[in-house]
Amino acid sequence: MARVKFLCDADRCIECNACVTACKNEHDVPWGINRRRVITLRDGRPGERSVSMACMHCTEAPCAAVCPVDCFYTTADAIVLHSKELCIGCGYCFYACPFGAPQYPRLGNFGSRGKMDKCTYCAGGPLPASTEAEYRNYGRNRIAEGKLPLCAEMCSTKSLLAGDGEVIAQIYKERVLQRGYGSGAWGWQTAYRETIVT
Amino acid sequence: MSAPIRMATVLLICLTTIFAVGPVGAQHGRDTPPAGVGAQPSGADPTAESVTESELLNEIGKLQGRVTIPDGKAAILVQPQGRTYQSFHERWLPWIGAVVILGMAIALAVFYLINGRIPFGARPSGRTIVRFNRLERFNHWMTAASFIVLAITGLNYVFGKRLLFPLIGPDAFATWSQWAKFAHNAFAFPFMLGIVIMAIVWLRDNLPDRYDWPWLRSFGGFVSGEHPPAGRFNAGQKLIFWSVVLGGLALSASGLVMLFPFALVDINGMQVAQYVHAFSAVALIAIILAHIYIGTIGMVGAFEAMESGRVDIEWARTHHSAWIPPDDPDLPERTGARVPAE
Repeated sequence: MARVKFLCDADRCIECNACVTACKNEHDVPWGINRRRVITLRDGRPGERSVSMACMHCTEAPCAAVCPVDCFYTTADAIVLHSKELCIGCGYCFYACPFGAPQYPRLGNFGSRGKMDKCTYCAGGPLPASTEAEYRNYGRNRIAEGKLPLCAEMCSTKSLLAGDGEVIAQIYKERVLQRGYGSGAWGWQTAYRETIVT
Repeated sequence: MSAPIRMATVLLICLTTIFAVGPVGAQHGRDTPPAGVGAQPSGADPTAESVTESELLNEIGKLQGRVTIPDGKAAILVQPQGRTYQSFHERWLPWIGAVVILGMAIALAVFYLINGRIPFGARPSGRTIVRFNRLERFNHWMTAASFIVLAITGLNYVFGKRLLFPLIGPDAFATWSQWAKFAHNAFAFPFMLGIVIMAIVWLRDNLPDRYDWPWLRSFGGFVSGEHPPAGRFNAGQKLIFWSVVLGGLALSASGLVMLFPFALVDINGMQVAQYVHAFSAVALIAIILAHIYIGTIGMVGAFEAMESGRVDIEWARTHHSAWIPPDDPDLPERTGARVPAE
């Protein structure tokens, strides 16, 4: 089984936000919830850079570790998923997540967050694959259809890569070799405790 | 020359110049890259000035930028402090909590096995005196009941999945935890109110006085069996009072931060609030265990004080000689016949 990962080649991201839009549309994500977003660092200053970020599906995922009801599970592909049935909306996963991935339908005052929602790597949830119930709760299950996450699939500059971690790391290495520069795999050290040596 | 022809000539010259010079300029850029970047086939590194992850992490410890969505929290790209929170929550807190709380329970058990119950220490006179009035008692029990609910539901956040989850399974445990969370949020309010009232009504009698140091030095006479003098509250009770007030303050402040997430602080502030909340909760639970022990099975006659509000006058004279002096002949307004528990 592959260990899937996300990799955003920040030298290619043009902040078009199409990954964000594709994700919202594919999974019918409600208002106020962003499973993926593009963050611009040093906006408007020399050295500006944009990075698309969602759940990184971490190794030893902090969200899963701190969850008081153990509602997370990891698939054979190392995708980190959770059960909304079990989630109690305590918010701990957001405090633990290095990438701000967990989202909640409500503001959260007096513990009123509601069930957590996050990027599923387009792999649905614990309900039967590709059912109406799974779609309503977790979004489309593209992995069950043999497809990769839509955000990366339709990225116009192929900045966002998704798939087997070894394969996308190789693609990135070759890119860096060819063009002569690369800013590294953003977030990988924190998420996977390793980075791509180029 | 007429004006149109003159203009056409100028235009022609301009275009010729552009086409003649243009390719030369481009050629120049391609053929002679700046010194020091020989390894790069496409020329200079266009991202040479761009920020890198390690730079930013060294600068402020996290990566923060700008997003086009209203949710300001989403502007943080990476906060490695989440990993710190993870190891605090899963590696340190369960151990610290278990050692401190179980340690206190074991210490109390050992103390009980060695010393047994602390005796009444006087011959009951049958005459009683008011020690705690209605407000004091009501407030004590309101705070106590809230604290017990808060402690159990709070411990559930850390130990529930380790102890209860394997016994009852994921679904029942999630349902219980959901209700436990609601209870934790709701009972916080009577607890906070109780702490405020407690601080007001008992502050005066809990200020340090000249009896405290000798009392502490003789360990309250628990071991020797003597009764060092004390005011309305002895130094041990004062320590409980200040632990509850200061611990309650820390719990309330950090708890309010958590009840209104991100209203006052950012993600790292939320993590700190959890650290403060967890550590003060563990400490206060251990202290309150000792308080419950001494107030129930640990000492004969102690429970009645907070139950009925009245204590035997001889008990008061023995244990709190600076509050009710032994030579005080009569206390007409405050004494009376023993009344049944309210």
